[in-house]
Amino acid sequence: MNSPVRAGNTAHGPERSRFSRMASDPKIRGLVAQAIVGTLIVLAGYYLVSQTIYNMEKRGLTTGFDFLSSTAGFSIGFHLIDYQPTDTFGRVFLVGVVNTLFVSVIAIIFATLFGFIMGIARLSHNWLIARLAASYVEIVRNTPLLLQIFVWYLGVFTLLPPPKQAFELVFGVFVLNNRGFYATAAVPGELFWITGIAIIAGLALTFMFRRAARAQREATGDAPSYAWKALAVLVAAPAAVFVLTGAPLTWEVPTLKGFNYQGGWAVPPPFLALLIALTVYTSAFIAEIVRAGIQSVGKGQTEAALSLGLPRSRTLKLVVIPQAMRAIIPPLISQYLNIVKNSSLAVAIAYPDLVGLWMQTSLNQAGRAIEIVATTMLFYMVVSLSISGLLNIYNRRVQLQER
Amino acid sequence: MKLKHTVMAAAALAVGATASAQAKDKSTLQVVQDRGYMNCQVGQPNPGFYNLDSNGNWSGHDVAFCRAVAAAVLGDPSKIEFQSVTSQVRFTSLANGESDMLSRTTTWTATRDTQLGLDFTTVTMYDGQGFLVSKESGITSSKELDGAAVCVLTGTTTELNLSDYFRSQGMNFKPVTFEDVNVLIETFLKGGCDVYTNDKSGLASRRSAFPDPSKYTILPETISKEPLGPVVREGDNQWGDIVRWSVFAMITAEELGINSGNVDDMRANSKNPEVRRLLGAEGNLHTGLGLSNDWAYNIIKMVGNYGEVYERYIGEKTPVNIPRAGSLNALWTNGGLIYSPPFR
Repeated sequence: MNSPVRAGNTAHGPERSRFSRMASDPKIRGLVAQAIVGTLIVLAGYYLVSQTIYNMEKRGLTTGFDFLSSTAGFSIGFHLIDYQPTDTFGRVFLVGVVNTLFVSVIAIIFATLFGFIMGIARLSHNWLIARLAASYVEIVRNTPLLLQIFVWYLGVFTLLPPPKQAFELVFGVFVLNNRGFYATAAVPGELFWITGIAIIAGLALTFMFRRAARAQREATGDAPSYAWKALAVLVAAPAAVFVLTGAPLTWEVPTLKGFNYQGGWAVPPPFLALLIALTVYTSAFIAEIVRAGIQSVGKGQTEAALSLGLPRSRTLKLVVIPQAMRAIIPPLISQYLNIVKNSSLAVAIAYPDLVGLWMQTSLNQAGRAIEIVATTMLFYMVVSLSISGLLNIYNRRVQLQER
Repeated sequence: MKLKHTVMAAAALAVGATASAQAKDKSTLQVVQDRGYMNCQVGQPNPGFYNLDSNGNWSGHDVAFCRAVAAAVLGDPSKIEFQSVTSQVRFTSLANGESDMLSRTTTWTATRDTQLGLDFTTVTMYDGQGFLVSKESGITSSKELDGAAVCVLTGTTTELNLSDYFRSQGMNFKPVTFEDVNVLIETFLKGGCDVYTNDKSGLASRRSAFPDPSKYTILPETISKEPLGPVVREGDNQWGDIVRWSVFAMITAEELGINSGNVDDMRANSKNPEVRRLLGAEGNLHTGLGLSNDWAYNIIKMVGNYGEVYERYIGEKTPVNIPRAGSLNALWTNGGLIYSPPFR
């Protein structure tokens, strides 16, 4: 093909001006168009912002972020980082961020596990398992998430017995009632950090054993077992250190005191309802993604693996899933993003996530609507972009390397 | 193709911003009269205060003050477009001009009056925050609530009062904060929290709709001052005056013994100069407000006086059942705080 400029020349003769030659160059035209649109967008953005500020000033609305350092004054029912009503609005934002990330991360882990199991189950040769998995996916995927959250919350967790008739499970180590789920907490003593270091060292050593074993297998084809060594550094050594430092760990058992159970580690019913709803809902989508991914791997691959004498489980693990991952990762990213964004439905059932604490309570107390909505949007954007960034890096690694 | 979309989107944004920026210079009274109806913001249905019946008609204590203003301004209390929005967006919605006034059990506080571009007009009800518990719990005083789980609605002043109260008493509590009052009540009725806190009027109102209201009791302590009243946008004092004096007209009418039944008779025959001034039989009180001289007459004839409205929607004969006698909401002549500046 001729270059665009030459094409212009042959069509209109060599005496055409430089300007008309540039005008007929699609590359330059494209750049000019983009510059114009870019300028328009910037101008529109500037206009919107300045107009908003002007309007707010005209209506006597106070603006700015100075409220972040003023005292919030209200209490929060569930927080993972320390919080008192005397803390600032900035702290409230942090509490909200941590609560949102907490429920999202756990939901992502469970939804992935559950989704993979369901996706594989849908392809099972066992008719019953495949049908059950299929109906699970269809029912869960085709009803609104908010409805499911209400079903879990109002239909399950508020119907649990009150504190005085709570279920005490495993001799009172766990307690379940309509105020939450309580677990006995391990309270580390002063010298517990030494045990912690022993565990980390054990993990590092195990990792080294694994690499050595792999290297040996690649070199000689013989794979030595390192299970005993790993057991020694992972369990025996930390246990010995733990006992030698005087077992610095006490147990805090939840006990009924006044209105409710006190002590131990507790999560409220809205958290459980939200976590289960998010997990169940998203796992149905992940199941479909996994099924599609597995089916995208050619049947010949399985047959080849089986004819090499690999058992079915290893065929799945070593041949099918690694190739299926290439088709699974991109849609999986958007499901993870959905979990984080959908967690904002927490506000419907009193789980204090970022939207509840920041966009509802703080907005009402401080009244800075624009600032608060903007920071909330920024948070969700940063989280979403980070998740997709991380998974894109992973995706690039598992993609087919073309040579 | 993609480019074209971007340009169109940018253009649409710019147009939208211009449209919302203009048309702010006419007075609210002028705008309402030209439009032929008033936009009044109420809350999500709340028995006694703002209720929606099966025909889509709003009624209730706070709705009556909207109706009074419509009667004064337009001579017809039915010429209202009601806007029912959640409590978090109520002030933004009013400040943006989507509604002309707000009447929905909203507490007058310094922050709200000074920082949100709004003006509180006057008080239509003196309320205070209290606690609702089931009788079964055996709780008789809010001092026994240490460690309780408290159901509270977000987007209200109650959240802050609650923290302040427990802090000042040196007690702990666990807030269970809801966005939707129906989910809150469902949780409370099933025992998901020990206490439900709100303004006492709100508690009484909600309790009236419980399956068995007699099983629940409101604790005697009042932990906050909650003066409730209509709100308008800042910057239009004439409109603020109209709303404020519409309420005062209803209070003064009760004080002078004028009600919807005898108002015609009073206008024609009363010798009391204040009655005559109020009902437009003499004087020119209406001119400053920019209304016709029968504005107050219309309010009383079409809506009623303060006491009539109270008894009709939230008094002892209604399911909401908030006794008025002996409370802050009795007329000042009966030992309450309901008091109007004089009409002269």
